[in-house]
Amino acid sequence: MSGPNSDYDPVEVTPLRADQVAHMRDTALRAVAAAGDLDQLKRARLEHAGDRSPLALANREIGALPPHARKEAGQRVGAARGDVAAALTERTEVLQAEREARILVDEAVDVTLPYDREPVGARHPVTTLAERIGDAFVAMGWEIAEGPEVEAEWLNFDALNIGPDHPARTMQDTFFLEPADAHIVLRTHTSPVQARTMLSRRPPIYVICPGRTFRTDELDATHTPVFHQVEGLAVDRGLSMGHLKGTLDHFAEAMFGAGIDTRFRPAYFPFTEPSAEVDLRCFVCRGDEPAVHTCRTCRGEGWIEWGGCGVVNPRVLVACGVDPDDFTGFAFGMGIDRTLMFRHGIADMRHLVEGDVRFTQAFGVEV
Amino acid sequence: MRVPLSWLREHVDLPRGLSAAELAARLTALGLKLEALTSPGSDVSGPLVVGRVLSADTETHSNGKLIQWCRVDVGPEHNDGDGRGIVCGAHNFGVGDLVVVALPGTVLPGGFAIGARKTYGHISDGMICSALELGLGDDHTGIIVLAPAQAEPGEDAAGVLHLRDDVIEFEINPDRAYALSVRGVARDAALGCDAAYRDPAGLTVDPGPGGSYPVVVEDTAACPVFVTRTVSGFDPAAPTPRWLARRIQLVGMRPISLAVDVTNYVMLELGQPIHGYDRDRLQGPIVVRRARPGETLRTLDGAERTLESEDLLITDDRGPIGMAGVMGGEATEIRADTTAVVIEAAHFAPVRIARTARRHRLISEASRRFERGADPLLPQAAAQRVADLLVELGGGVVEPGVTVVGTAPAQPEIGMAVDLPARITGIDIDAAQVVAALRAVGCTVPVTDKPMLSALPPSWRPDITDPYDLVEEVARVVGYDRVPSVLPVAPAGRGRTTAQRLRRRIGQLLAGAGCTEVIAYPFVGTADLDALGLPADDPRRRTIRLVNPLSTREPLLHTTLAAALLGAAARNTGRGQQSLSLSLVAPVFLPAADPAPAAPVPHVDRRPTDNELKGLDNALPTQPRHLAVLLSGDRSPAGWWGPATPAGWADAITVVRTVATGLGLVVEVRQAALAPWHPGRCAQVLLDGAVVGHAGELHPSVCAAYGVAPRTAYAEVDLDLLVDAAAEVTPAPVFSTMPVAKEDVALVVDEQVPVADVADALRAGAGELLESVRLFDVYRGDPVPVGRKSLAFALRFRAPDRTLTEHETVQARAAAVAEAAARTGAEQRS
Repeated sequence: MSGPNSDYDPVEVTPLRADQVAHMRDTALRAVAAAGDLDQLKRARLEHAGDRSPLALANREIGALPPHARKEAGQRVGAARGDVAAALTERTEVLQAEREARILVDEAVDVTLPYDREPVGARHPVTTLAERIGDAFVAMGWEIAEGPEVEAEWLNFDALNIGPDHPARTMQDTFFLEPADAHIVLRTHTSPVQARTMLSRRPPIYVICPGRTFRTDELDATHTPVFHQVEGLAVDRGLSMGHLKGTLDHFAEAMFGAGIDTRFRPAYFPFTEPSAEVDLRCFVCRGDEPAVHTCRTCRGEGWIEWGGCGVVNPRVLVACGVDPDDFTGFAFGMGIDRTLMFRHGIADMRHLVEGDVRFTQAFGVEV
Repeated sequence: MRVPLSWLREHVDLPRGLSAAELAARLTALGLKLEALTSPGSDVSGPLVVGRVLSADTETHSNGKLIQWCRVDVGPEHNDGDGRGIVCGAHNFGVGDLVVVALPGTVLPGGFAIGARKTYGHISDGMICSALELGLGDDHTGIIVLAPAQAEPGEDAAGVLHLRDDVIEFEINPDRAYALSVRGVARDAALGCDAAYRDPAGLTVDPGPGGSYPVVVEDTAACPVFVTRTVSGFDPAAPTPRWLARRIQLVGMRPISLAVDVTNYVMLELGQPIHGYDRDRLQGPIVVRRARPGETLRTLDGAERTLESEDLLITDDRGPIGMAGVMGGEATEIRADTTAVVIEAAHFAPVRIARTARRHRLISEASRRFERGADPLLPQAAAQRVADLLVELGGGVVEPGVTVVGTAPAQPEIGMAVDLPARITGIDIDAAQVVAALRAVGCTVPVTDKPMLSALPPSWRPDITDPYDLVEEVARVVGYDRVPSVLPVAPAGRGRTTAQRLRRRIGQLLAGAGCTEVIAYPFVGTADLDALGLPADDPRRRTIRLVNPLSTREPLLHTTLAAALLGAAARNTGRGQQSLSLSLVAPVFLPAADPAPAAPVPHVDRRPTDNELKGLDNALPTQPRHLAVLLSGDRSPAGWWGPATPAGWADAITVVRTVATGLGLVVEVRQAALAPWHPGRCAQVLLDGAVVGHAGELHPSVCAAYGVAPRTAYAEVDLDLLVDAAAEVTPAPVFSTMPVAKEDVALVVDEQVPVADVADALRAGAGELLESVRLFDVYRGDPVPVGRKSLAFALRFRAPDRTLTEHETVQARAAAVAEAAARTGAEQRS
């Protein structure tokens, strides 16, 4: 390095010559452009923009120039260093972007790898269907009533106008609990919940009672000793079979789609008078010609037997403390399991009760 | 009830061209539900004709079989020369007999086509038929031999045999006992078709003077009416005419003998059960009375029945001769030599018959009709009809006189508001329609312009007792299809209850946690309680027993869901499912008190008293809803990501915690030892200090007993308790936004010290600045002495209002360690 030119000796400092500076700059720029990755660029930076780089060394020589020449040389070197720095910045960005892009490419995975690591659960379709039925009625302002499964015989039978000699009260149909004279049974329908509701609150009453019920049937493809029912009860002033029909038509539409309605046939139940069996318009063929003839859901009937219903027998109202001169009621009941079976084409009732996870998991959490 | 259309047409002028299906539809709309529609005989086609046997030569063949080579006159239209040659294997006929011939081209039931074929060295040009081959019954002991002069050769045999008919089978509801007869079905058919009806019971009853066979009725409540008539000089060998036998057969009964067939025929036609006695086997008057203890009777079906005082009997001097209204006795039954028949036509109280039939498990055609309610005005007409038929078909004479004991119970008149049918059905029905409808079903209704009418039900409708019964009659006549559809507007409801809402959420939460919900039966047996390893004094062994279980091996109601869920798990395991996460929500049944009080049976003509209602509930067991979860195999399977995570005791606890957290609750666990869990791997789950359930790994012997994978984990909690504890309104949390100070601490304690105790001590000692304690490592081994373990906890401290100084943090940490040392003997590991 040259010493300070304090005694004003017009020396010509070679490194500061314009052609030299331009050479150093061009060399640096070429090196920067030639750097293929960030490591090469780092070396180029050290070599051409570091403290020991030619341009940095040249910069130090500026002080050796006579004052009038310093400015010009300073500008020349400064511009050259600026060009190099800008080129470095630009090249860094390019190389960094390239590296990031390459990393993403390298990190690519096969997203078709199976990943069944988390156990997948499901709700039983009977539960889900019961809740869905509940939703349809709650939306109408109805409430959901519940009661015990082990029930007093009086509430299961007597209160519902099922007298002591009714055939349903034999041991062929009803599970009785010991001791035999305790008058306790496994409820054979959810109707005792209706009785309990009337005994515990005043009309107007609009409730449905979904729940588990029991009869002494052996398990086979179409029977199970433990099954599920949903019953409805409305007690109010001025209710008629027309209101019953309107409710069931609405229920049918909510569960099976627009245009699906019901029809009534005369029937007999001790707890309703008049009584009717309710048929559901087949939601698959709708009874239309000629589809109905090959329909497997309704077996060519155009209608599906759905349940029983009727006007609450005044004797039931009396036993449950409701004045039959002031109020009328209607009630209906259908099997949840049966509804599930024809709604989803389930051929064998045993699937509902055996707990095979393959069956339940097919339904997920909605039906 | 099956009804042949030909029989129905005798009593109602059905419209021409009305198909059986259309008629059935109309009757279904009136309340007689179609069960099945059949056309017997429609499976026989082609030339089935009457033939006269001209010659019959018996031939013995090399295989030892005897056949008859017959020449049969089958009428000029079908004869080949003087007749046809037919080979027949039967021998119950001779030359000159009229037989039934299926000529070539005939198709018999089962698609059996008849053709001319070579057999036993002859060309057999047709087949002589037995009853079985024609679908006319199961008699295959010989071929059908028609009565002499019953028909001419060449005549269509189907008509002679009454082979073809349409039969409608109805499912008869308990309130339509009248429809268990052709008479009743015809009445509704007339109503449904607006056609003329002729009552088969509307015959002339002219018994002449005097009494018939003597009768004494001791129990007049059980037997309000008892009628006898007598036919003597009857020919016991007289055959039952084909038309009568065929009708009985089409309805589903077996023809037996003329006298028996006639009594059955009249029962089917009128709905009045009839019993016939051989007069020569009766001794002394017929006495209707209750059975005496120890009395026995051999009934017609050959069974020896031991009678009880509840049973109503028909007796004579020698003792019981019949179970009234259910089945007659063997001793006095009509036999092949009976020439004098005493006809019994009586009316019995439905309940009495129902009880006897049920107690003896003997549901007969008679008992079915009596227990549903027969027409009490029928006995005289029915006895007349039987007598007329016996004389007409079997010869003999009706002896003059009739014995009639008692009178038909009077039917109550029913008052009804004229507008009640319209109000109850919602159908627009005026007064005139109401009266017309009630009269159409047989009610006597005086004309009135008042708002109330009075209706007297017909004698065949004992089921009509209340105004609403009349409403149903009006409704079915007017037509249920006219009920309008009107959606009622319920008052604003409160939606699901909190418990219902929460249970639904928990169901979804469990599915989200990977559990598959199961439905299971509540029935268990002692073997299950043993398999679960419940000790003798375990309260869960106090069970409720069923009087009539489906299986004697499972006569109990469960007190824990374990057996039910293990059963489902075993089934899945057996079907190749290696890993399972199952959940079950169901009540368990815990006896209320010992001994449990019997439930009262209040009257039904009023609301039960509050005490009676309390009594009903007190008699019931407590039925808390439990939640059970079973985890078996791998909780998460092995895969390309790494090895499997086996399901274990901790997963069972975690599911319970998940449910609790979902309800906004925090549960704690404590070491416990309870069956069916592994005694060292069982946690008690506590909520506010009270036990709500248990979770952990199942006992190895339980897993083995049920055939589920070893180390299966199981949890069972009282869901009702959890749901009840959930806050109606969840309070918002309070938390600080100041910086956190973290401190780790390693404590060495004895192996027996539960981690929860150490964590509790740390929490208690650290004071209010402590935000959380989390165990992050457990270390055993050098330099920790044997029998001790090192627990590494991460402590987080934070103040609500300031950044903590190092001094504060260190002090709090030291206090925490000191408390742990004091409570659990923990030593800080340096």
